[in-house]
Amino acid sequence: MGALISVPGEFQHLAEKTGFSLEQIGILHRRFQQLSHGETTIRRENLRSIPDLSCNPIRSQIIQAFFDKRNFQQDGEGSVQEIGFEEFLTVMSHFRPPGRNLTPEEMEGLRREKLRFLFNMHDTDNDGTITLEEYRHVVEELLSRSGALGKETAKGIADAAMLEVASISVGHMVWAHS
Amino acid sequence: MTCPVLTRVIGGIRGCIRCRWSFWLLLFIFLFPLILGETSAQGDHNLQTGTDGTSINSNHTKRSFPVLHLRYKYVQLPFEISLWILLASLMKLGFHLLPGLSSVVPESCLLIVVGLLVGGLIKVGGDKPPMLDSELFFLCLLPPIILDAGYFLPIRPFTENIGTILMFAVVGTLWNVFFIGGMLYGLAQLDASRLGGLDLLACLIFSSIVSAVDPVAVLAVFEEIKINELLHVLVFGESLLNDAVTVVLYHLFEEYVGMTSVSALDVFLAVICFLVVSLGGVLVGTTYGILAALTSRFTATLRVIEPLFVFVYSYMAYLSAEVFNLSGIMSLIACGVVMRPYVEANISHKSFITIKYFLKMWSSVSETLIFIFLGVSTVVGPHSWNLTFVTISVVLCLISRVLGVIGLTYIINKFRVVKLTATDQFILAFGGLRGAIAFSLGYLLKQEHFPMKNMFLTSIIVIIFFTVFVQGITIRPLVDLLAVKRKQESKQSINEEIHTQVMGNLLAGIDSVCGCYGHHHWKYKLCRFNKRYVKRCLIVEERSREPQLLAFYNKMELRQAIEMMETGGETKQLPAVPSTESLQSPASEQTGVPQISRELEAEIRRIVRGNLKKTGQKLYPYRRPTLVGNPFEDDFQDQLREKQRAKVGRRMSAFLTDQDFPSRTIARISVVPQAHSSRPTIPATQKD
Repeated sequence: MGALISVPGEFQHLAEKTGFSLEQIGILHRRFQQLSHGETTIRRENLRSIPDLSCNPIRSQIIQAFFDKRNFQQDGEGSVQEIGFEEFLTVMSHFRPPGRNLTPEEMEGLRREKLRFLFNMHDTDNDGTITLEEYRHVVEELLSRSGALGKETAKGIADAAMLEVASISVGHMVWAHS
Repeated sequence: MTCPVLTRVIGGIRGCIRCRWSFWLLLFIFLFPLILGETSAQGDHNLQTGTDGTSINSNHTKRSFPVLHLRYKYVQLPFEISLWILLASLMKLGFHLLPGLSSVVPESCLLIVVGLLVGGLIKVGGDKPPMLDSELFFLCLLPPIILDAGYFLPIRPFTENIGTILMFAVVGTLWNVFFIGGMLYGLAQLDASRLGGLDLLACLIFSSIVSAVDPVAVLAVFEEIKINELLHVLVFGESLLNDAVTVVLYHLFEEYVGMTSVSALDVFLAVICFLVVSLGGVLVGTTYGILAALTSRFTATLRVIEPLFVFVYSYMAYLSAEVFNLSGIMSLIACGVVMRPYVEANISHKSFITIKYFLKMWSSVSETLIFIFLGVSTVVGPHSWNLTFVTISVVLCLISRVLGVIGLTYIINKFRVVKLTATDQFILAFGGLRGAIAFSLGYLLKQEHFPMKNMFLTSIIVIIFFTVFVQGITIRPLVDLLAVKRKQESKQSINEEIHTQVMGNLLAGIDSVCGCYGHHHWKYKLCRFNKRYVKRCLIVEERSREPQLLAFYNKMELRQAIEMMETGGETKQLPAVPSTESLQSPASEQTGVPQISRELEAEIRRIVRGNLKKTGQKLYPYRRPTLVGNPFEDDFQDQLREKQRAKVGRRMSAFLTDQDFPSRTIARISVVPQAHSSRPTIPATQKD
C-alpha cells in the first residue's frame, strides 16, 4: 500500500507507470485528498459517501473494483480494505483514453487490459471464472433500481443470456465436470 | 363439356400473365391515358361548351337521353394524381423485375430517366407536362420521407457522433456557400461578358441553394449500398441538419436582394436568426412529440386510430414550423425522435406494424414521384444554357466539397476517439449528393429579382444530374474497390444489451468518483430524469416502471416467437448465431467433454420461454399472436400452463445449478480470454 505522495517529483514516477500526464495526476490527487478527507488512504465508506454514486445500480461492484488486488498488479489475489493514491491511480488508468500513435499490438494489449478489468468486476469470488450465479447477480443489480421485479425475472434473463453465449462461442467454452 | 378453343385461349392468357412481359403491357396500358389525359383536358372543355350550346338551342326540341357521357373534368385532378402515383409505383416494380439492372444503376437514376421519357412523350403529344411545383414538393412530397427518416433514426450512433454531424452540417455548409459564391463572383468579375453580369448577392444565393446535401438523394443512394453505420449516420445526419442553415441563408439573401452593402448588424441578426430557426424548429417538434405521446397514453380503448395520431401530429409539427419560417425538417425529426419511445410503449403491436409500413410506403412513393417529376421538369423547364456557368459551378461544387471534408476532418479528428480515415473522408466527400430540394428552392426564386433565374435552374439541374448519375453509379464499385466496411447484419443479442448497460453505468460511476462531469454523466442523468418523471406522465400506468432491459428482452423474445411461427417450427434457434456443427467439432478435441444434446437444448429453451411468459404476463401485456384466436380459450389454458411452467422453471434452476444432477450440472463457463477479444459484439471496444 502506498504512502501519501506529497512530493510532486514522485508524480513523475507515477506518470510513467500509469500513463497519465502530470496535470491529470495533479487533478486526481486533489480529488483523492477530497475523498479521503486529508488522510493517506481511502476506505470503502469514503467512496460510498459520494452522492452521485449512490444512485448507480452497480455501485457496489464499482467500489469493489477499486479494492480488488487483481486490478493493481498482474497476479494479485483477493481484496484489500484500504488503498493509497498509487492504487487509486492504477485503477483509474484503465479508463484513460489511448494515446495517439499506438501500434496495433499496443491497442490489442490495451483492449485486453480493459476486458480483464470488466471480467474481474463480474467475477466476484476471484476464482477466474464467471459462473451462472455471478451473471445472475449482475442482471439483478441492473434491474434492482426498478423495484418490485424479483429474482424470477433476473433469473430468466440471465439464463437466456448464458444460453446465448453457449450457442455462439462453444468452441472456446469448457463445460467443467464438478 | 369443355370448348377446346376456350381452353386454348385461357391457357394462352395464363401463360402470358405468368410471363414478365405482361407486366410491361400493363404499364403501357396506363401510360397512354396519362398522355391522353393531359391532352384531352382541353378537348373535354370544348365538349362541355358544345353540349351547353346545343342544350340551350334545343330547349324546345327534345334531345335523346345520353347513355354514355364523358365527364372527365369532374374527376380530372384526383384521376391524374392517382395515375401518376400508379405509374411511379409500376416503374419502381419494373426495375426490380429487370434482372441485373438495379444492382448497377441506382433507382433514382432510372426514375429520372423515366421522368425524362414521360415528359418528352407528353411534350410530343402537344401539351405542357406538369412541373415539380414547389408547394406540392415541400408540403406533400417531402414530409413523408423526412418523417420516415426521423422516426427510424438510429439514436445511439446519431447522438454519439452529434458533434461531428453538426460540424459538417453547419460549418461545412457555410464553407461551401461562401467558397462557391465567392469564387463565382471572382470569376464573374474576371470575365463579365460570358457569365452574364452576376452580382455578389446572386452568386451567394445560387451557392446557398446548391451547397446543401440533399436527404432524399442521399437516402436513395446510400440505402442500396449498405455501408457501415458510422458513415451512413454521418452523411445522413448532415443532410438532415443542414436544412436550418439553408433556410436561413436563402431567406437572408432573398431579403437583401436590393441592397449593396451588408453591415455587421445584418450578420449578427443572421446568426441570431439561425439559432432561432434551428432551436425553434426543434422546440416545435418536441412539443408535438410530447403531445402525441400523451395522446397515445389514452388510446387503449380505440386502437384503430393510433397510427393516425402519429401521422397527424408529425405533419402538424412540420406545418407549424413552416408557418413561422422555422426549419420544418428539424421539427419533423425532433417530433419523431421524441415521440417514438413513449408511443411504442403505449400502442399495440398491430398499430406499431401499421405505422412502420405506412411510413415506408409513403416515403417510397414520395421518393419515386420526386425523381420522376425531376425528370419531367427537366424536359419542361425554361432553360437558358450557358456552358461556362454550368461547368464552373459543377467543378466548384466538387472542389469545395472535397476541400471542406478534408479540412473539417483534420479539425474533428483532434476531438474524436474513433478517427475518420482517408477512405471515410472519400466516401463523405463523395456522398454529398444534391437533389430535388435544391431544384425547388431555385424554382421559388422570383424572376424579377433574379433575371438569370433560368440559367440558375439549368445549372442546378445539371449539378443534380451529375451528382445523382455520376456519383450515384460510381459509388457502388468504389465502395467495393476501397473495401469500405459494410453494414454488419448483427442480430440483437441480450448479452450485448446487458453489457452495454453495465458499461454505461460503470463509466458514469467512474465519472462520479472522479468528480468530473463527462458526457456519460449527463447521459446518465438524462436517463434517470426520463425514467422518474417523463415516463410516468407519458406511458400507460403498468408499463411506465418497466426497466429497459426487460422491455428489450421481451421484444426480442416476441420477435423470435413470431419468426419461429412463420418458419413453422424447430428450424430456427434462439437469439444468436446458430450452428450445431460448431457444437460438435472443437469441443470434443479440447477436453473430451460431452456436448449438450438436442433434447436438452430444446428443454432449456422451453424453460427459458416459460420464464418469460410468466414475467410477461405480470407486467407487459403484449398479446402474442396466436394461431387460434380465441381469447377466452387462451386465458383458461394459460392457467393450466401456469402450473406446468412453475414446475418446469424449478427444474431449470435445478439443472443449471444443482450439484446432484448428473454429469453436467455445474454450468461453469470458463471464458478463455481469446474468446472475449475475438468476439465482435463486446462493447468494451467502444472505449477505445
